Amino acid sequence: MAGGTAGTLIGARTPRVEDARLLRGGGRFLDDIVVPGALEAVFFRSPVAHGLIRKIDVAAARALPDVRAVLTYDDLRPLLTSDRISLALPAAGIRFNVDPFVLARKEVCYAGEPIALIVATSRRVAEDAAGLIEIDIEPLPAVGDPVAGLDPGSPKARLDCPDNFVAKTGVDYGDIDHAFAAAAHVLRERFRLGKGGGFSIEPRGVVARYDPLEDRLTVWDSTQMPHRARAVLATCLGLSEQQTRVVAPDVGGGFGPKAVFHPEELAIPAAAMLLKQPVKWVEDRFESFTATVAERDQDWDMEAAFDAEGRLLGIRGRLCYDHGASTPYGIALPFNASTNMIGPYILPAFRVSIELCLTNKTPAAPTRGAGRPQGAYVMERLLDAMARKLGVPRDEIRRRNLIPADRMPYPIPVKQRDGSLMTYDSGDYPECQRRALAAAGWRDFPARQAAALREGRHIGLGLCNYVEGTGRGPFESASVRVNPSGQIVVTTGATAQGQGVHTMLAQIVGGELGVAPETILVQSGDTQTSPLGLGAFASRQAVTAGNAAKAAAVLVARKAKAAAAHLLEASPDDLELVDGAVRVRGVPGHRKTLTEIARSLAGAAGFSLPGGMAPGLAAASDFLTAGLTYTNGTHLAEVEVDHETGAVKILRYVVVHDCGTMINPMMVEGQIAGGVVHGIGMTLFEWMRYDEMAQPLTATFVDYLLPTSDVAPRIEIHHMESPTPLNPLGVKGAAESGVIGAPATIVSAIEDALAPFNVVIRDLPLTPAKLRALVRAGTKR
Amino acid sequence: MSDPREIALVVNDVRHARVVESRVNLADFLRHELGLFGTHVGCEHGVCGACTVLVDGASVRSCLMLAVQAGGKNVETIEGVAAADGASHPVQAALAKHHGLQCGYCTPGVVMTLIELGRENIGKPLGEAEIRHALSGNLCRCTGYQGIVDAGLDVFGAPADKGSET
Repeated sequence: MAGGTAGTLIGARTPRVEDARLLRGGGRFLDDIVVPGALEAVFFRSPVAHGLIRKIDVAAARALPDVRAVLTYDDLRPLLTSDRISLALPAAGIRFNVDPFVLARKEVCYAGEPIALIVATSRRVAEDAAGLIEIDIEPLPAVGDPVAGLDPGSPKARLDCPDNFVAKTGVDYGDIDHAFAAAAHVLRERFRLGKGGGFSIEPRGVVARYDPLEDRLTVWDSTQMPHRARAVLATCLGLSEQQTRVVAPDVGGGFGPKAVFHPEELAIPAAAMLLKQPVKWVEDRFESFTATVAERDQDWDMEAAFDAEGRLLGIRGRLCYDHGASTPYGIALPFNASTNMIGPYILPAFRVSIELCLTNKTPAAPTRGAGRPQGAYVMERLLDAMARKLGVPRDEIRRRNLIPADRMPYPIPVKQRDGSLMTYDSGDYPECQRRALAAAGWRDFPARQAAALREGRHIGLGLCNYVEGTGRGPFESASVRVNPSGQIVVTTGATAQGQGVHTMLAQIVGGELGVAPETILVQSGDTQTSPLGLGAFASRQAVTAGNAAKAAAVLVARKAKAAAAHLLEASPDDLELVDGAVRVRGVPGHRKTLTEIARSLAGAAGFSLPGGMAPGLAAASDFLTAGLTYTNGTHLAEVEVDHETGAVKILRYVVVHDCGTMINPMMVEGQIAGGVVHGIGMTLFEWMRYDEMAQPLTATFVDYLLPTSDVAPRIEIHHMESPTPLNPLGVKGAAESGVIGAPATIVSAIEDALAPFNVVIRDLPLTPAKLRALVRAGTKR
Repeated sequence: MSDPREIALVVNDVRHARVVESRVNLADFLRHELGLFGTHVGCEHGVCGACTVLVDGASVRSCLMLAVQAGGKNVETIEGVAAADGASHPVQAALAKHHGLQCGYCTPGVVMTLIELGRENIGKPLGEAEIRHALSGNLCRCTGYQGIVDAGLDVFGAPADKGSET
């Protein structure tokens, strides 16, 4: 791709700068990092969901040749500044400290909790040794169900807590009692919504090397948030930030779980310091089912009050969330779920109490969508139920409740994590629905449906509107430097797990400097190159890092022109930056390349800098957010359902999506398509099952099904672009919105297809067996 | 338990002779003995397809084949796909063109699967359903498969299907 005049690359389908390497096997993922002399580690984990360790005998494991160490809590504790790993994000509603231990101390609270760490010359030997550990665990009653777990008579999921009610929060605005008193209609629905794990194809992993010469710890970590990992490590190990470097190499997918600091991320560096030798651990897939955070069940008991025309007056109810054995990402997820339930609709009053229950399952934390798909699902199911009750078409009931475009910006009296009011910044929700209905052939569908039915085929069309708060702050960092060699380097605290962050930043900076994106080197995920940063969560990096990079690039361009004005003896007003050079307008030959300018600004011993300017052709910028940017969209799905087998085939999937100005539409579409298919998995396939002892029953990709290419439909994507006024680029995030709309859309379509059988769907996931049971129940009615 | 065996095999046209523990699988052998890190391990139970390589021309889950079983055979991995002069294979070029990769972790397995599909169907244009079926053994969590399928159609589809945009 050629360069061109500054600023022209926004909106271009620029080829990705990441691809050439990745397509040739040149990626460097965690397990590809070879540190000379590294030992390999394996964790010995709790086989039961709840119990007390009576005795652990590691003598035989230690005696195995080539085993260097078998470590338990007591071996690592002397290296640590505290008993527990301090993790929880601050939240007023959390009642108990349930932060994890580096290794289980006495009580184990989920099957898969790490108890011991075996370090050997190879992973194979370490695994052999793990099989020689003898453990005696006194079993304790396990808590598996979050609703039952809140009963006063429930067993305790953790003996160190007085009960299982780990946190209480909620949302409350408007006159909810009046809304229900004045309502023409009220309906009540209950939903049990499962959602599984992130399941990036690359599992987690850590390599740690402690260098006694420099008194310095380097940790390579397959993480979305290296700066947070550094902060936790420095705190727990009593090191300074300068002594602690965390590097996220190529990361093979994140999807949320890799944003959470897990105990293994501390145990491996601690072992490396203790043994004075590098240590590597790579998670296997069984561990990613039992030891990596995932989402858990949400139980929603909700009532909607509405007037005779189907306008919402208020919604109230209770959300009970299964938080697993601890709260490593605070209580953000259920709060997100409840506030995103409001969606693009006018909701005058809302009261939801959120009750979080500890259970004996792997701790819960957000996966792609972070509660929003469930919130949108509940709202859309209520709207479909209202439509049924009033005999109003599903599109019409939504039209009556959508926020009109002329009411933007639209504030909602809900306080966000940063204390600001939740405010939709821009967008045209009714127009988005209109375009989606038109694209999917909504108007003609009843005729097609009737024709199909005459052939004995049950087809249905469903829809969902949603918003997604994106670009969460408080900030992200970026710097742009033109080295004297001419190489342009962008650094950022943002991190990359496949979203195309490097392309996105190279495109923005390349546009501002008039150079081809593929010539720009982007460095991310390294606490040494970017001292400050937050990383990947909440669909935030185009908004935060994108605008930071733009601001830095603008400063560099301005400085380049100012320096060139001296070098060319021209007025800055007569200069333009084109194709990587500053030239005098109308005199293309009278120019200085960025390389030449960078060399001049690098200085030479004793000589003055051009115009007495500060040295270096570089600038850094932190973008501070001014509130969330709200992406919105409408999804429609056409499905065919076999009422005898419960099989669902998605025939068509249409998305109209508005994430403001798009930097690279190709990558936006990739995010949407991937998100939708993740949502399809959540709806129809992905189901984490446990027995009554909270023992996981799904621990392979044979038991737990990810969507495959033959069940994923083609996703038709149409764009609207309502630039946000909240940042100079006008961009909003796009990475999670695909997931948010899919469950409600598909379920609405299935209900439509099975209307002859009076099927009403509430719970997720919807497996064929569950769907057949609903058909049988509906037929009997 | 170590039970070392001597094996010789050809990987990407280069002959290698090594002594390996009989329990070492082919994926670990390629990665940690030969340093060919392009073959990725995603599940170690033969479902995700990230470790797909070609052994005597047929796709194999290298996590499910022991290195000793590959003795005497011809193995092709992602590192050998591009032409000797550095030019991308058409499958590689099409994946970039159609945004058929994001994090890139499943990509080597996808490339090997598509190359096998092409060799099995020389001169026969393939439709979307056939391509989706062939790729159904390669899990991708990023792309929703759309860009991968479009890349497959671009390379192996009937002329009318080529270059379709999402």
